Amino acid sequence: MLNVGQLYEGFVLDHIKAGKSMTIYHDLQLDTLDCCVAIIKNAKSNKMGRKDIIKVECPIDQLDLNILGFIDHNITVNIIKDATIVAKKDLTLPQKIENVIKCKNPRCITSIEQELKHIFILADPEKEIYRCKYCEEKYSGDHNR
Amino acid sequence: MRHLMSPLDLSVEELDKILDLANDIEKNPQEYAHVCDGKRIATLFYEPSTRTRLSFEAAMMNLGGNVLGFSNADSSSAAKGESVSDTIRMASCYADICAMRHPKEGAPLVASQVSSIPVINAGDGGHQHPTQTLTDLLTIRSLKGRLHNLTIGICGDLKFGRTVHSLIKALVRYDNVRFILISPEELRVPDYIRDDVLTRNNKEFEEVVRLEEALPSLDLLYMTRVQKERFFNEEDYVRMKDFYILDKPKMELAPREMLVLHPLPRVNEISTEVDSDPRAVYFKQVRYGVYVRMALILTLLEVKVC
Repeated sequence: MLNVGQLYEGFVLDHIKAGKSMTIYHDLQLDTLDCCVAIIKNAKSNKMGRKDIIKVECPIDQLDLNILGFIDHNITVNIIKDATIVAKKDLTLPQKIENVIKCKNPRCITSIEQELKHIFILADPEKEIYRCKYCEEKYSGDHNR
Repeated sequence: MRHLMSPLDLSVEELDKILDLANDIEKNPQEYAHVCDGKRIATLFYEPSTRTRLSFEAAMMNLGGNVLGFSNADSSSAAKGESVSDTIRMASCYADICAMRHPKEGAPLVASQVSSIPVINAGDGGHQHPTQTLTDLLTIRSLKGRLHNLTIGICGDLKFGRTVHSLIKALVRYDNVRFILISPEELRVPDYIRDDVLTRNNKEFEEVVRLEEALPSLDLLYMTRVQKERFFNEEDYVRMKDFYILDKPKMELAPREMLVLHPLPRVNEISTEVDSDPRAVYFKQVRYGVYVRMALILTLLEVKVC
């Protein structure tokens, strides 16, 4: 049995698809934070068989978790304060995502303009379709990259 | 400060006001001859254009203003690697308003995000061409008397034809407008036009390959050119370029009141023998283009005409 220390303030991201934790680590830019992060891969799960878990010890206003809704809205987000779960965040599709996916249209201005953010806007919440803000190209990749 | 990126940036009411103003300019050009004295338009054209650039320049000059700019990327600092953002920041220091054409889709939107002057999208890749749409709407409204209750055939390159995308987006807002989309399989409208624009707005549309099949039921035929510059593969272009040619025998299949529009330039998709047909209004359309750009410049510069 692997033991990871208790959190006093931060987040526990549970029910991440097995093997996807490093993608989420980068998408949330956890590598840029100066705080304690624990990544647990391939943990046993009754619901999923195997799952990943990420624990982040940081002030709870420090992370923008909206992007998780785009990546996988089945992830459970537990918000921890004083070592107890104070809230569970419901994940919804964000209206806008920045610099997480890239526009693949070779005719799009994002292919040449320096330092231009790749921004996608939620065009159809029912079909979960995002389109590039600049050229309206549909994002047709896998949300759960 | 407002910009124009897409025809949908303007509400139907705002659009009507611009078209009304354009019609007034057409009737009373002398009243508008000096309303932009001392103002300048920057025409930043990163790809070749004859009509659109000259139309913007003529529009500003007709209003008493001046023009500066460039007509291809090689004669601008883009050739040295300057970004669109930096170019518009620079142009904002020289001009009061800007019209930008760029081969990359979304470039005018990037410019508008950092610009201190109004930016007009004068065509961005295969994406949007809102001032051509204003031209088309003014032509249709002036010659047909309405923008509703119309069956509109759009023929040619519907995939890369930015004028087509902008026109459809604008026309879905009017009642009882029906579209017949005439193109080869490979050049059909992009899915965002089919799904997010036509289907979402419950507009009746058909996609057909044969022009002859569509002609008898049309109030308007909007012809477009297969654009060589949008193809990455020469072979595909050669295969598509002569797919549709509107000639006299085909015009005989069309109703007597049908109008033929074309954003121009034409290559060979409309035979020159059709030019003398009173239903061919594509050269009148060019004149309407100047009036509507004059109206747009006045609107974006918030110039009050007494």
